[in-house]
Amino acid sequence: MEAVFAVVVGLFFSAAIYLMLSRYSIRIMLGVAILGNAVNLLLFTAGRVTPEVPPIIQQGASGLDNAAANPLPQALILTAIVISFSFFAFLLVLIYRAYQDLKTDNTGEMKLAEPDERPLPPLGY
Amino acid sequence: MAGPTDTAFDLSDALVAAPIPMAHWLVILPVALCIGLGALLLMLRNRTQWHAAIAIPGLVLLVVIDAALLYRVVSDGAVTMVMGRWLPPFGIAFSVDIFGALMALTAAIAALAASVHSLGEITVSSRRYGFFPFLMLLLAGVSGAFLTGDVFNLYVWFEVLLISSFGLLILGSEPEQIDGALKYAVLNLIATTLFLVSVGYLYAVFGTLNMADIAMKARAGDSAPLMTLTGLFLLAFGMKAAAFPVNFWLPASYHTPRITVSALFAGLLTKVGVYALIRVLVMLLPVERAGLGPLVTVIAVATMLVGVAGALGTNDIRRMLGYIVISGIGTMLAGVAVGNAEGLGGAIFYALHSMVLMTALYLVAGQAARLGGGFSLTVLGGLYRRSGWFAGLSLVLFFAISGLPPFSGFWPKVLLVKAALATGAWWLAATILATGFLTAIVFGRVFLLAYWRPAAADAMAAEPIGWQTALPLLGLAMLVVGFGLFPEWLLHLTQAAAAGLEQPSAYLQSVFPAAGGVQ
Repeated sequence: MEAVFAVVVGLFFSAAIYLMLSRYSIRIMLGVAILGNAVNLLLFTAGRVTPEVPPIIQQGASGLDNAAANPLPQALILTAIVISFSFFAFLLVLIYRAYQDLKTDNTGEMKLAEPDERPLPPLGY
Repeated sequence: MAGPTDTAFDLSDALVAAPIPMAHWLVILPVALCIGLGALLLMLRNRTQWHAAIAIPGLVLLVVIDAALLYRVVSDGAVTMVMGRWLPPFGIAFSVDIFGALMALTAAIAALAASVHSLGEITVSSRRYGFFPFLMLLLAGVSGAFLTGDVFNLYVWFEVLLISSFGLLILGSEPEQIDGALKYAVLNLIATTLFLVSVGYLYAVFGTLNMADIAMKARAGDSAPLMTLTGLFLLAFGMKAAAFPVNFWLPASYHTPRITVSALFAGLLTKVGVYALIRVLVMLLPVERAGLGPLVTVIAVATMLVGVAGALGTNDIRRMLGYIVISGIGTMLAGVAVGNAEGLGGAIFYALHSMVLMTALYLVAGQAARLGGGFSLTVLGGLYRRSGWFAGLSLVLFFAISGLPPFSGFWPKVLLVKAALATGAWWLAATILATGFLTAIVFGRVFLLAYWRPAAADAMAAEPIGWQTALPLLGLAMLVVGFGLFPEWLLHLTQAAAAGLEQPSAYLQSVFPAAGGVQ
């Protein structure tokens, strides 16, 4: 099961990196969204994938069965989903605002903060 | 949740049975205070006239609490508090050693200085966009990152400080800020995501997220593929700290926001990356850090040189300071590259010095622009004539950043050069010294052009320097001079902090008292 997940995680990462290498901010955003999901899936796989044994201590036993599912990665993923969702929402607004103000979604043309022609400091006076 | 049959379980195996001592609450108090005040200020968002009156006493209180925490950690050793009384490694632990307490205290001092400066600079409309709430939440994230003892929790605090920094960065919503913020936001988000990936792998390898637990298990000699993992951590934290070759977001964004915000960022944010790097690489994975030592050395050298070269070729003094922040990060990484207690002590001392000094230097840049009519070295001039004491104070700070005695930049560089020479890395030592020399040229030129050169004939009339700028500048400069003249106390503390990182038995003991701090 883990092997299948590992391949899927790899595919997610490659798609995310490919999209984030683009010049266009909307594609970068899509890459960020996929990257977040790739990480979530990775966390899920990291905590071993076991089918259908709920993490409940059986009557009479003093601890969990070894085959039981691991509940911790799900707590981690839940945290990560909330965080990446809120960041994604913020970034979407930010790039829309950037598109309105800078009149472009091409990051190669966003040169307001770092203009191409920057004078060197004077050599003396 | 006992069932109807009521099997009696001995909960003392899983829960802290004894009541938590009052002193342990001190560990969580800085974070609780910042989040509480941030929430309160958000509720009062329509009454901006009250914000400063709540936030600044709150920050003074934060400094006092952090100082008390440092005092306690120095006198009694590392302190740990677990959330919900679950025993570590199950509960999320907040563990403070001297390193974390020192960083938290210095961050609080830098933030207090910046918040006083904001009284003169942050306008009512910027306050309505939430300057003070974001400031408090940023500090919650920074303090949490310095105090936590859990790797996943560290990630959460990184995100808290990141989202608050976004809010601060676009305060004012000028197109230039939007441009800078876009690059800052995307690259930092990728860095924290990489950090999360590393945390996921760390959990897969060790099955735990508690730092002390990981430190013990990593030292026990697990043969897991830790080297790759450490490389991933190095990339993630290097990106947060703006180390070469992932430093480009910093000069693209740090000069766009208000000066107060720039000062705050320069003082706090990159240092959190350095802190996490030292914590994870030195304390958790020391064997792998030693293996990656040559790589860290190359990164440190390149970061120092790239930073100072960028500063030499930049006309805008805010952007120039951004490059100086980068070269400072390189100097701290030099200590990590050396890796023994002396080098780490130098790196920690340099980090504390840099937090105070970079905040002060950005405030100087803001005041210079107000007196001289712009941030560009082509237009600035006549500052010495405008205000003699301001010129003198700037010169003190310029000497300090160049690492000249008798100011606080001198001692950490002595330690670092000594440690580098002792391990035979003469070219690392040479780079530290050459960087100091080039930094002196950078700031000598600033002083020559902006302070000594006569002002242009059409220069506007200078307004007097407000107390909102003078007070924090004087306070920070006093720290710089004070720790330059009397460094023994801080040297002793930073050496103890470094020794605690190298031999974390006291830290482990505070988390697992029963284990007796085994290694």
